[in-house]
Amino acid sequence: MTLDSKIPDGPIEKKWSNHRFNMKLVNPSNRRKYSIIVVGTGLAGASAAASLAELGYNVISLCYHESPRRAHSIAAQGGINAPKNYANDGDSIYRLFYDTLKGGDYRAREANVYRLAEVSGSIIDQCVAQGVPFARDYAGYLDMRSFGGAQVSRTFYSRGQTGQQLLLGAYSALSRQIGAGTVKFFDRREMMELVVVDGMARGIICRNLRTGVIESYVADAVVLATGGYANTFYLSTMAKASNATAIWRAYKKGALFANPCFTQIHPTCIPVSGDYQSKLTLMSESLRNDGRIWVPKKSGDSRAPSQIPENERDYYLERLYPSFGNLVPRDVASRRAKEICDKGLGIGKTKMAVYLDFADAIKRNGKHWIEEKYGNLFDMYHEITAEDPYADPMRIYPAVHYMMGGLWVDYNLMSTIPGLFVIGEANFSDHGANRLGASALMQGLADGYFILPYTMSDYLAKTKFSSLAINHSEFEKANKSVAERVEKLLAINGKQPVNEIHKKLGKVMWDFVGMGRNEKGLKKALKLIPEIREEFWNDAKVVGDSDNISIELEKAGRIADFLELAELLAFDALHRKESCGGHFREECQTPEGEALRNDKKFAYAAAWEFTGDGKKPKLNKEPLTFEYVKPSERSYK
Amino acid sequence: MNFTLKIWRQKNQNDTGKFETYEVRSISPDASFLEMLDVLNNQLVMEDREPVAFDHDCREGICGSCGMMINGRAHGKGRKQATCDVRMRSFTDGQTITVEPWRANPFPVIKDLIVDRTAFDRIMQAGGFISVRTGGVPDANSTPVRKENAEEAMDAAACIGCGACVAACPNSSAMLFVAAKVSQFALLPQGQPERKERVQKMVAQMDKEGFGNCSNNYACEAECPKGISVTHIARLNREFLLAKLT
Amino acid sequence: MNNIFAFYYSSIGKKVLMSLTGLFLIIFLTEHLVGNLLLFANDQGKMYEAYGDFLVSNPVIRFIEIFLFLGVLGHAILGVILWFKNRMTRPVKYKSFRLKDNATLASRTTIITGSVIGIFLYIHLKTFFIPSRFSAEKVSTYELVVKAFSNPWYDAFYLVALFLLGYHLRHGFQSAFQTLGLRNKTYTSFLDLLACIVWCLIPLGFAAIPIYFFFFHQAASTVIMGVH
Repeated sequence: MTLDSKIPDGPIEKKWSNHRFNMKLVNPSNRRKYSIIVVGTGLAGASAAASLAELGYNVISLCYHESPRRAHSIAAQGGINAPKNYANDGDSIYRLFYDTLKGGDYRAREANVYRLAEVSGSIIDQCVAQGVPFARDYAGYLDMRSFGGAQVSRTFYSRGQTGQQLLLGAYSALSRQIGAGTVKFFDRREMMELVVVDGMARGIICRNLRTGVIESYVADAVVLATGGYANTFYLSTMAKASNATAIWRAYKKGALFANPCFTQIHPTCIPVSGDYQSKLTLMSESLRNDGRIWVPKKSGDSRAPSQIPENERDYYLERLYPSFGNLVPRDVASRRAKEICDKGLGIGKTKMAVYLDFADAIKRNGKHWIEEKYGNLFDMYHEITAEDPYADPMRIYPAVHYMMGGLWVDYNLMSTIPGLFVIGEANFSDHGANRLGASALMQGLADGYFILPYTMSDYLAKTKFSSLAINHSEFEKANKSVAERVEKLLAINGKQPVNEIHKKLGKVMWDFVGMGRNEKGLKKALKLIPEIREEFWNDAKVVGDSDNISIELEKAGRIADFLELAELLAFDALHRKESCGGHFREECQTPEGEALRNDKKFAYAAAWEFTGDGKKPKLNKEPLTFEYVKPSERSYK
Repeated sequence: MNFTLKIWRQKNQNDTGKFETYEVRSISPDASFLEMLDVLNNQLVMEDREPVAFDHDCREGICGSCGMMINGRAHGKGRKQATCDVRMRSFTDGQTITVEPWRANPFPVIKDLIVDRTAFDRIMQAGGFISVRTGGVPDANSTPVRKENAEEAMDAAACIGCGACVAACPNSSAMLFVAAKVSQFALLPQGQPERKERVQKMVAQMDKEGFGNCSNNYACEAECPKGISVTHIARLNREFLLAKLT
Repeated sequence: MNNIFAFYYSSIGKKVLMSLTGLFLIIFLTEHLVGNLLLFANDQGKMYEAYGDFLVSNPVIRFIEIFLFLGVLGHAILGVILWFKNRMTRPVKYKSFRLKDNATLASRTTIITGSVIGIFLYIHLKTFFIPSRFSAEKVSTYELVVKAFSNPWYDAFYLVALFLLGYHLRHGFQSAFQTLGLRNKTYTSFLDLLACIVWCLIPLGFAAIPIYFFFFHQAASTVIMGVH
């Protein structure tokens, strides 16, 4: 398959505006003749559904939650980037573009990243107009802070709940359209299959999680805004229900899956405390603005942190990266924490943690100042650990947080299946090998509000659609296959709860496909994953009915797909013999332990093609060319 | 730690439901309440019994999915926490814990501890928004907002829509939920044009859903995981009166 | 949408009526108390009776009286309607419901305190209002007071009812302001002070009357009679 990224011609700052002019439009009175399915109601899904409905299209929106507002975008804490330059500190679209591309270790498409930077300012305008209560200064103007990988303050925030506020903004826009009848919303529906008719995505099959009924939905185009697949690792900062089923089903129907191995491991999470643990909790990156990361210089130092004098502490990020200090990008901070702990310098019971210390900031600005800025995060930490972070430093350790990989899309956000659009974290597009902090919210909303509505119109205007009914043979076939799959899961009748098998998978993924990867480990993972999959299909125990809410059945279906995706993830990691961003191959590092890219061999997006169950996926390459920012060693020193 | 659990079990909305008693052993005090339920569910699955269904997702107190009555208190006895924030160390070893779903006419139980809270969504659809079109907006800094108002709007906007206010209210009133949204928009300049219509539509929908009347006993504020103040209810009342009378 | 019926049918509308009638009754109570303080004048009820005559003969007061009765009835009936409606919102009760952890006793018992006040009111009107207003010959209200309060059982019931009135007002007064949207950060502390005056002083003032007449007045009048 040849991958056509459809990047428009012209200089980079003109590409999107030229493209917008060249795209075809649908006449307002004709728009009501088209229907679009949007799966997922996070930032990308809710904003897309609302914006498309506003234009006049018939939108069908679905999510597996009871309400659109529960989507996991809500958990994002820190903020959203936009190059408004309100701080007068030298920010510009070009600088955000440059920072994002460099932050992604030169594995993203230049044109996409530039467009993202270009539209991001409008997002802030839009959200303020929706009534999102961003933080403000005493004059009443918007306040900003800085995030990892940037030397300017361009991150807008609403305390530690920016994701929540932006999602509620998008949710309110969506609610308005649902109320007006332009969006038909279906709650507790899980997408189980994509339906492709005559080579075009024309609908989906869902399971009604409340009644168990397998339902068919027909439309002219399908948008997947179903988020990332970090739960492949079992323990992650993802919500418990976040899953890969929608994108994985699309992959198996012919959409390409790009860079599945690009995994973001967030450096500031509360460390694992026991086997019962069901998820990991993130402490916002914004904490690194004022917190200092350190470990004792001496290994096995069991003194309380306050008893360790300054000269016996190693503020290793400040030492290694004097110009960015504690604000180095996430991949760098995570890798360094792992390295320090692997050397035996870690702290706490498990020795798998480092300190994040606010003593200096409290001394400098007072406890009240910290409380106002990070109060809710400190409370959260206290609740979980029963330790007081105002008195003692926080203990933190990296955890899986975000997946840069996802379904391959072209400049129009369309996958390799015509009519199947993929937006937000579900696609692979803009973050390359590492996402900078406060960029996920930016990308989700950029796709939903300002990019998809244009490119969707272009697709609809250029395509001829045959009329379809839900009894079309493709729909009936897909519907039947989903029903069979449900039956098959319920019939396994083994001995292990599915959760336990998921934990096993997670351990393999974390140990061999986690922060440090090497050929031997990856090969081992590729041997172990199919074994666990085998175990699942032979020995899992799925208790429940197919005609009712069945939480075990829901989990089983999702885990079955993680078990397949995990293999592709490891396979991609093994093939990419270079270190870049969140993908760190221990064989490929500089003498100082920095990631060593191989631009000659790997300056491409690896888009994998499904070739059949049990068969090796086929690699398709989208070469990445850099006309504006020349790839260099990514230095934050 | 060991616990005896009395949990409401109900197959579906039409089932009458009943309490069942379970024992869980060797629970870490650091485990969360939901992780304790995970352990119970694993146990039940091993015994070939159906696990307890409950809504949950982010498990960090922000998505608003989880919510149950724990020993007669919405989200447990701690203040300012969602059910997922409850840690087992807050119970005593050997304690009997009664777990029930939210109970209110507009929140029918659909299975075990899961209730249908879509009434909240319908209230939002009735007017919980600012009718702005994508793209047709001025620059974000063109309208300054007094810091105090922005902060108070944020206090209200922190609502996670979990329904604890309704569950904890003797009258199953949804006033705190509605007040949080009305108050947020009433405090911001962007919310002014639709101010009167919004409050009337949202209150009308709230009444239509069958929520009770507020009798100002403030149990909602006490149980709100985000500590949303009842002064927002006063503002809602004020907004409603002004909208009706002027 | 903007009509008075829609307003009444809305949940907030009913509550507003509760507040307005409640506040109106509080104003009446204050006036009633001030008037009744004349009982302490120790003039064999001369001033008190004159005050009573003024009330009965003044057409404005008679007009307001109608609203007073409507207010009492409205407040009571609406209170009961709201109570029933609110009960119906939770058909399946909680097995365990610790409302007392979250709400004051006063706020949880307005229906009980209100009902007792209703019974009290009935007895109160039967003792004083009906004879003084509707009997054929002129009745001395002062003598009615002296006679009624000489009965210890009557006094005890009076005191209990006034205590419950205090409790009712304790929730009701601030609640009225909340419902009318008048409580906010700026005024809360002032309102709380005012509330204390209302829920403490009004019932205390009324309670002083039976106590005075039971313990002191009987003795005082005996002494006076002895002198004669």
